[in-house]
Amino acid sequence: MSDHSVEQNKELKELVKREYKEGFVTDIESDTFEPGLNEDIVRRISAKKGEPEFMLEYRLKAFRRWEKMAEPDWAHIDYPKIDFQDIAYYSAPKEMPKLNSLDEVDPKLLETYEKLGIPLEEQKMLANVAVDAVFDSVSVRTTFRETLAEAGVIFMPISEAVHEHPELVKQYLGSVVPVQDNYYAALNAAVFSDGSFVYIPKGVRCPMELSTYFRINEMNTGQFERTLIIADEGSYVSYLEGCTAPQRDENQLHAAVVELVAHKDAEIKYSTVQNWYPGDENGKGGIYNFVTKRGICKGDNSKISWTQVETGSAITWKYPSVVLQGDNSVGEFYSVALTHNKQQADTGTKMIHMGKNTSSTIISKGISAGHGQNAYRGLVKILKGADNARNFSQCDSLLMGDRCGAHTFPYVEVQNPSANLEHEATTSKISEDQLFYLMQRGLSEEAAVSMIVNGFCKEVFRELPMEFAVEAQKLLDISLEGAVG
Amino acid sequence: MLVIKDLHAEVFGTPILKGLNLEVKAGEMHAIMGPNGAGKSTLSNVIAGRDGYEVTSGTIEYFGKDLTELEADERACEGIFLAFQYPVEIPGVSNMAMLKAAVNSIRKYNDEDEMSAGDFLKVIREKADLVEMKQEFLKRSVNEGFSGGEKKRNEILQMAMLEPKLALLDETDSGLDIDALKIVSDGVNALRSPDRAMVVVTHYQRLLDHIVPDFVHVLADGKIVKSGDKDLALKLEAEGYGWIEGLAEAS
Repeated sequence: MSDHSVEQNKELKELVKREYKEGFVTDIESDTFEPGLNEDIVRRISAKKGEPEFMLEYRLKAFRRWEKMAEPDWAHIDYPKIDFQDIAYYSAPKEMPKLNSLDEVDPKLLETYEKLGIPLEEQKMLANVAVDAVFDSVSVRTTFRETLAEAGVIFMPISEAVHEHPELVKQYLGSVVPVQDNYYAALNAAVFSDGSFVYIPKGVRCPMELSTYFRINEMNTGQFERTLIIADEGSYVSYLEGCTAPQRDENQLHAAVVELVAHKDAEIKYSTVQNWYPGDENGKGGIYNFVTKRGICKGDNSKISWTQVETGSAITWKYPSVVLQGDNSVGEFYSVALTHNKQQADTGTKMIHMGKNTSSTIISKGISAGHGQNAYRGLVKILKGADNARNFSQCDSLLMGDRCGAHTFPYVEVQNPSANLEHEATTSKISEDQLFYLMQRGLSEEAAVSMIVNGFCKEVFRELPMEFAVEAQKLLDISLEGAVG
Repeated sequence: MLVIKDLHAEVFGTPILKGLNLEVKAGEMHAIMGPNGAGKSTLSNVIAGRDGYEVTSGTIEYFGKDLTELEADERACEGIFLAFQYPVEIPGVSNMAMLKAAVNSIRKYNDEDEMSAGDFLKVIREKADLVEMKQEFLKRSVNEGFSGGEKKRNEILQMAMLEPKLALLDETDSGLDIDALKIVSDGVNALRSPDRAMVVVTHYQRLLDHIVPDFVHVLADGKIVKSGDKDLALKLEAEGYGWIEGLAEAS
């Protein structure tokens, strides 16, 4: 190796050590349960929130199922066993709830959100984004509620929806992801403390993008949000979700559940930019992200589209899925998953075709750098009655360096001979030719890598709302700094 | 502008250039010819600063600076442009976006203001006409799905946009039919200027019918064994490289 490349490597190493930008902790007094999980804890969570009886029943049922379930181990991820009794299942900033204006929010919280660039403030309101911010487990404030109410849109913390719209919550909660669905979903159903609730009435096109920011702040707490979105007949909503966490040496658990219901002629677009703390370069710390996301295209001609950019978390276990029940319904999954340093991701989707003439599209882009391990796991299932079902899947992997890994596990189950499925897969490396070509045009190495990676992800980024697409690109750049050496 | 003295260089450990001397002044057009494996492409890659192409002895001075001290991107920003023999595909990155980033990166390096989107669009449309490139090419991914001729025209478009001081054209004629050769050559000729030097690397005389060089050098076994004017190219065309190889052995 020449002196010159030794020098270059040194610079790259410096860059790798760049700190996680969102790694600050907010010093705020909070009300946190002692670690551990038992029936009493579940009852206390429910009591804290003053929930109606049906919610307590729901939680207890979930808890009893969870106790009998085993942690799944089929994913291509490797981590020490989680001690579920060593986690606190409820943490809330003290003296919070019931706020009528921004002035009443703890200034320290607002400061946190400002650091995160969360659009709570006026300027961002002008950008027409309604925000629900979930801090540790409690929803802090939902902006724009009145404007939305005029359109008949309900957008509020799910903890409030339980009181204000119990009939809707009762009808839909757990209807897409039942309590016994899987280990983490059962856990979530038992202990979730907040999340967002959205209802778009018949024929309404939601007048703005809805957005939730999740933030874990307390040490040794788990975060278990629950999001429920219902798009009634002929309605449309675009929903954005962003996540960050402080930098800590311990691993923290995040097990969310998101349920989407699209009725006849309705469309839901759900976008995620996930930037939980990924751990350091040696794999110390970071969020364990075990998430269940599923939507059902219940009515004919309905559509659900998942777009995700996953750059954070030490471990990502996540398969946003669509059940295509209505005839002519459409499911889409666009994903960029990046693993750097010691990060591991096992992510993908499930498209379950039940109705006639249903179609689904899967575009997955996996980027592995450092010692990162990246697996795509997908299932396309065509049931008997799903005449003329179509699926197109494309799984591309990009490798940077020679210590990372990319894995693809595509599953196909077809029970109807009229189905039409296509699957394309590629694995590539950022080539020295590409780098030299761009550098010869005057771009720095970092800029060249960024350009190549962004090009690789383009099909997914163009599915994101404009503001998010820019953020996602920046996030990739930051996450990849120093990845080429 | 460019002064190369007794240059020895290796490609991934294999010695290729063995004592090459070359001087290029502003406004000049040099042609470097020679048989396969003589080191023609190596020379352009060494000047452009490609990884794996190591100078083992000798010097390359560019406007008095030691070029080997600079990274490939710094050399580009200092005004060195290489038109690739095999232009590289960058999927998902539009020609336009790549060029805009390149133009502004170079401007920034030279302490100039970035070009506005409007100005950039105006300039690139003008330059695209120069190589008869349709607007739609600007929106397509860099070189992806381009024909051989389109790729080479794209290289000349990039050169026109980046306005280098020293342009190295590596086998720019390879893979071109007569029409494309004409378009590319016209583009190159339009970019000749008193402040700009060009070094054309080629196998064949036919390119030099269109791009008329001031100097022709014959490269064999890692060094320049004969230099002359454009008539030297004609002689090579008529007599082949056989007699040159004799010269290389003798030297």
